[in-house]
Amino acid sequence: MKSICRQERMALNGDEAVAYAVKQSDVDVVAAYPITPQTIIVEKFSEYVANGEVQTEFVCTESEHSALAACLAASATGARTFTASASAGLALMHEMLFVTSGCRAPVVMAIANRALSAPLNIHGDHSDGMAQRDSGWIQMYAENAQEVYDSIIQAFRIAEDLNVLLPVMVGLDGFTLSHTLENVEALTDDAVRQFVGTRQLPNVLTHEGKAVPFRLDPENPMTIGPIALQNYYFEFKRQQEEAMKKAFAVIQKVNEEYAAVSGRSYGNGLVDAYCLEDAKIAVVCIGSTAGTMKTVVDELRQEGIKAGLLRIRTFRPLPVEEIRRGLENVKAVAVMDKSMSFGGNGGAVFHEVRHVLYDAEAHPPVVNYIYGLGGRDSSPKELRAIYEDLQRILQTQRVKNPIQYLGLRE
Amino acid sequence: MTEEWKFTTKDIAEKPDLFLSGHRACAGCVPATVLRLIMKATRGPTIVTEATGCMEVASSIYPYTSWAVPWLHTAFETAAANASGIEAALKIMKKKGKVKQEHVDVIAIAGDGGTYDIGIQALSGAVERGHDFLFVLYDNEAYMNTGIQRSGGTPHGAATTTSPAGTVIQGKLEYKKPIAEIMVAHEMPYVATASPYYWRDLLAKVRKGLEVDGPAFLHVFAPCPRGWRSDPAKSIEYSKLAVETCVFPLWESINGQCQLSTPSKLVALAPQKKKPVTDYLQGQGRFRHLFKPQNTKLLEEVQSRADERWQRLLKKCQTA
Amino acid sequence: MTSEKSWREIAPAGVCSKSSTDFLTGDWKTFTPVRDLEKCTRCLLCVLFCPDGAIHWKPEKADIEFDYSFCKGCGICANECPTKAITMKLEKE
Repeated sequence: MKSICRQERMALNGDEAVAYAVKQSDVDVVAAYPITPQTIIVEKFSEYVANGEVQTEFVCTESEHSALAACLAASATGARTFTASASAGLALMHEMLFVTSGCRAPVVMAIANRALSAPLNIHGDHSDGMAQRDSGWIQMYAENAQEVYDSIIQAFRIAEDLNVLLPVMVGLDGFTLSHTLENVEALTDDAVRQFVGTRQLPNVLTHEGKAVPFRLDPENPMTIGPIALQNYYFEFKRQQEEAMKKAFAVIQKVNEEYAAVSGRSYGNGLVDAYCLEDAKIAVVCIGSTAGTMKTVVDELRQEGIKAGLLRIRTFRPLPVEEIRRGLENVKAVAVMDKSMSFGGNGGAVFHEVRHVLYDAEAHPPVVNYIYGLGGRDSSPKELRAIYEDLQRILQTQRVKNPIQYLGLRE
Repeated sequence: MTEEWKFTTKDIAEKPDLFLSGHRACAGCVPATVLRLIMKATRGPTIVTEATGCMEVASSIYPYTSWAVPWLHTAFETAAANASGIEAALKIMKKKGKVKQEHVDVIAIAGDGGTYDIGIQALSGAVERGHDFLFVLYDNEAYMNTGIQRSGGTPHGAATTTSPAGTVIQGKLEYKKPIAEIMVAHEMPYVATASPYYWRDLLAKVRKGLEVDGPAFLHVFAPCPRGWRSDPAKSIEYSKLAVETCVFPLWESINGQCQLSTPSKLVALAPQKKKPVTDYLQGQGRFRHLFKPQNTKLLEEVQSRADERWQRLLKKCQTA
Repeated sequence: MTSEKSWREIAPAGVCSKSSTDFLTGDWKTFTPVRDLEKCTRCLLCVLFCPDGAIHWKPEKADIEFDYSFCKGCGICANECPTKAITMKLEKE
């Protein structure tokens, strides 16, 4: 039985926590382009590089598109790679996100979730991450700086797992997490190094008829990223889906293993259920807002109200079982979305939770609360109002207006 | 200073091809010849990364590959970005003892699109960062793979599918972007132009580019009989005429010092031997409209522009 | 054409499983190059210029060999041959 390792309490903001985790994870190549609110990640990392504190090739590419291309190519060469972006930068990477997952490159990326233009907005919301949910990347969202730190380290293990081999993006709310100082318990360098290990490569059969490690190596030439016509493309995509399926078990396993070393775990790694066992009303939420919501739940519980919270930590692959089980006995559900899907009758998380509930035994009423776009803050009072709405819905078992906008000036 | 690479025709002919037969390029495709020759000039462990385009598609139709070296394709814009990532990975992995080769050459290959236009950002960035790699542009003067659309490398007057010779506008109005000169302006160690007819010169330049410690850029003229609507059999001949008419002069810039290569030097020394551009333009369907009687002026424009660029180049090469 | 594999059987990331030398492009040609052995000086230009690498120099035979299974009949070899030793003949099926 491994014992929990000695940890150092550090005062770090979310971005610094990312940089520190990357520093400890024996990353070979970091290719990145700065964008608010991720800039502290690259700046901090540059300091480590300039002070000789990391053995990493740091490439300041001329755009995010090239950053991800460089990471992908480095990964294909066998390197452990990392990058970070947000908002427009992530959007600019859009094409390459699909190529990266298609090439099965275990790139890890931190996204300081920020609103997409137009109009320009540098503050936190989930529109950047949500717009990429079809890209074949594993997507995880953190609640606080501690989880950001822990998740980056876990991400390398998840991505590189031979049953997965998919890139992973870890989201941290722009400014709320990226720029806010929190206490972070950091593992020792040795503990992290031991946890992430060395990158293992699967063997693949090449055109030379040899089964060799999957990387660009003059000793064992292989062709990566060919054109696959109508007769083969579909099969490659199915392979990616299989990898997503396998990721459920890997994410849970990594969460457990990490708990043994750090003393911390995040639900089962996929979802974080808070006071859900006997909850009559519950909110589904992603990211840092969940932290505030937990405080609201505590308050309500004090008042004898059976409120609960389901935080989705891993959004891709979508933890269908955990969401269904979590909401099994809940009689009124509110789903919070920090992004919009224009013309889509609600936000992304709302869609996905409703589709999960379609196959459930019970069909509780579900209301969508779109909130916090462009970094608009929601006070605990406003957030509590969601539960108050749920209490009304609980009574009537009807949702008058399924799509609500929290804090919007009508 | 590395010793000059000496080779005989037999040496090259006997060296096994690393760009293999069985690719799906058109009959008479000179980019394919160019790629074969480039690979003959490699000197050891090599990794190639390519942008989307004719040569990429023709050589990698799953499950078949024409590449006997490690090869990566990711997207259209990314040849130079890929090369940056590969080079960075090799560098650090070597330091960490994860790569057994003493040195691996990295070659990025792209056509017009992947170099002049959609690929120029990544190219410029990679060169500015000083990565050790060779970038080869196989220039067939249009986006051939997607159906012969005009590119920044399409010459003035050429008819393409997005700059057709119509009744009001006759072919591309704009001029060929001086990409090699743009790369020289990056103050990079080595820039050269080459043409496959002059295969010795081409091979020597590839090898020089690989030997340079830092970025090198090679602009190779590569006729496309399909897109140019010319006789496939004459494709290599056009690569000779382009040089003889000074439409595509051959030169090198070594640390900013420009010098003409022998085939173009011969023209400079004996200007009476310089052939008129019409020798090169005729027989190419993409220039056929220039030979209409009402288009004499257009033809003259092509000649005078070629002459201007040639004179400018001569001046540059004189101040050595 | 190969028998196509299921998604479980193929390598990830499109790693190609066959060399293109298994794909014979020789049936593309309409014209076929024919070499006059007397006129040929073994200058090897055809070997170098062939886009398909379908002409080989065989040192053990001290002679050139055409690989018609890949030759697409483009005629570059015939056009470039300094002694006009190669002529393109119409293929008869």
